[in-house]
Amino acid sequence: MTTTDSTDVVIIGSGFGGSIPAYRLAAGGARVVVLERGPWLSGEDFDHDFKFGSSSSRAFEFTMGDGMNVLGGNCVGGGSVVYFAAMPRAPRFTFERQGSIGKRLWPSAVHRAALDPWYDAVAESLPITQNDWPDVTYSGGLWAAACNHAGRTANPVPAAIDKSKCTNCNWMMSGCRFDAKRSLLLNYIPAAVEHGAQIRPLHEVQYISRTPDNGYRVHFNTVDEVDYREVTGSGTIDAKIVIVAAGAVATPVILQRSEEALGAMPSAVGRHFSGNGERLNTAIVNEDKVREVLGLSRPDGKAYEAYQIGKGPVAASWDKLDGNLPEFSRHSLEQLYFPPGFGTILAQVPDATGPSWFGLEKKEILRRWQSWLTIFIMSEDDNEGVFGPPPPTGNGDRISQQLLSRGALRYRPTENTLAGWERADADVRDILERDGLSRVMPWTNDPIGAYTVHPLSSCRIGDDPETSALDDRHELRGHPGIFVTDGSSVPAGLTVNPAFTIAALAERAVPGIVEAAAARGVPVRYVDRPPAHATSSRIRIPLGV
Amino acid sequence: MTLEAFADTIIPGERRWPGDRAVAGAATGGGAVASGALDLLVSVEGGMAGMLDTLAVGLDDQATEYARRTGLTLDPAVPPFVALSFADRTALTSELVAPAHPEQELWVALAMFSVMAWDTGAAEHTVDALAAGHPGLVQIGFTPPDADGLWRFPNFSYGRVLAKSHPDTTPTGDPA
Repeated sequence: MTTTDSTDVVIIGSGFGGSIPAYRLAAGGARVVVLERGPWLSGEDFDHDFKFGSSSSRAFEFTMGDGMNVLGGNCVGGGSVVYFAAMPRAPRFTFERQGSIGKRLWPSAVHRAALDPWYDAVAESLPITQNDWPDVTYSGGLWAAACNHAGRTANPVPAAIDKSKCTNCNWMMSGCRFDAKRSLLLNYIPAAVEHGAQIRPLHEVQYISRTPDNGYRVHFNTVDEVDYREVTGSGTIDAKIVIVAAGAVATPVILQRSEEALGAMPSAVGRHFSGNGERLNTAIVNEDKVREVLGLSRPDGKAYEAYQIGKGPVAASWDKLDGNLPEFSRHSLEQLYFPPGFGTILAQVPDATGPSWFGLEKKEILRRWQSWLTIFIMSEDDNEGVFGPPPPTGNGDRISQQLLSRGALRYRPTENTLAGWERADADVRDILERDGLSRVMPWTNDPIGAYTVHPLSSCRIGDDPETSALDDRHELRGHPGIFVTDGSSVPAGLTVNPAFTIAALAERAVPGIVEAAAARGVPVRYVDRPPAHATSSRIRIPLGV
Repeated sequence: MTLEAFADTIIPGERRWPGDRAVAGAATGGGAVASGALDLLVSVEGGMAGMLDTLAVGLDDQATEYARRTGLTLDPAVPPFVALSFADRTALTSELVAPAHPEQELWVALAMFSVMAWDTGAAEHTVDALAAGHPGLVQIGFTPPDADGLWRFPNFSYGRVLAKSHPDTTPTGDPA
């Protein structure tokens, strides 16, 4: 099957970077088509189920690289469907980072104050709300109490969650069954569709070429809804503007593959990847000490034993988000839940006498799983990830029907990154091992290397063409009319969850994209009103394919 | 049998019957094998099924080589990996999944499926697995769902202030 089509704007990917421009451009009068590699799931599609083939594997992509593994969304709504909805703004100092190149990584036009109005727009649109202590789950409360005991502060984390609908089921990584998590399925996407945008799921973009009229042609395969390895067709669609927002492990691959048709890419495409300095520690909590030292107890008499209960991260330590500290020594420490499987394999046994991540002793700590507390480190890495040549299709060679693929990302942490992780590990230990509260071990990097759930920077904005693929308007250098608005455009790790910053940057990029589209004859204007809020994600829209 | 012995090395369990050779009986309670590791490995969704025969042969070759260099004599009645003691299976597996091993990726993948079988029961629906007393989910203490098969935790918070917020927190609750 081959189809040819044309529109004003093609957007590749429907996460924050894709859905935000999709809404604003469609509302402003442009014809918009969004091509999304994953399926369109909503409402009751979001299973409480670990079985392979349920939403927990349909909505995800785990891309294994050489030294870095990335877990990301693979569905309409992208990361917003599977994320934990923790939405802190990035601290002021992070925009001043120089990494190891000795000059500011962010473009001079972008700093916290400049981004705040765009953060405000996103906060209103999702919306994002502050958590208060009664919203903080047992695990977040335990982390906060331990921080307090160590003379430290702890903050409830702002989140895009409707507290009135949330059941604290902790299945939010598989999509929110109760529509409590304010994913893009409840705001920007239905609003984009309302304004005529077409969302086409199971369309995996392969590359971009030019059209004779100075526009672009986007080449895609369609994939089977169960077995993503199976290509069911292919086609092209022409557009005057292309927005690439396929995520930081796919956007650079699409652009690399487009080089043959489009001409040379900026050298920073597929380089400078950051894993947001991420790392996890797991504490095995001493229940008696939780009661004695921290004075905590639940209504049922247990002190803690509540790892399974909650809604992802709700409490964080921001003491080391201090601009006076040198770079690579700043980090946030956020309490987190990861479900079994992904959340247990790399956890290590404290004081192991045999193997630390499998075997007899591992089984024993797993039996105490309800007494686990996981702490998520977001630190400053050195942008050391580089993508090799692209695979034949997609962004990786698919291994299983869903979920698992092998990509071309190579990551070797520098001394800066390793030292940052070591400081953060020590910080976690200092807080959680006081007075015998727990024993803590970082997750091992031995079996698969490092990992991240927040891939960034593989096609970043900046002022220096040598180290940034995009100008400060998110336009791809040397290829006018192609914009990149996803996490790959963020110049460096943020020390906090990046979704809010990715969304704010996408909002900030839209006026420039509107201008570029208008200059190419698209009848579009900038619309600043927030998207309407849907009460249910379960709206099936004619796809118009 | 070889793959079972490997899964049992990753998450060990009690023997399924007297004389069970694949499961070494190194731990109490069902391990990865009783939790459906083989079902998960052969599942069409997982993508491992086509490789399993090769992996089993590879493991046995590795066990034979391990026995040769450590001076062990293996019982020919069972495959070489199965013939190893639990301690030797563990020592060999540690080598196979170490970063220096050229085939690390294969053995880590096999190990990951073994862990997932135990603590997620991913070969079957979680509600069904729990209802049937899935060994791993039961042993990690995974709380069963409500009657409709969905999870809800009405009690979830200590409900009080447990720490001072960072002094530079902005009015929107963000880092400054």
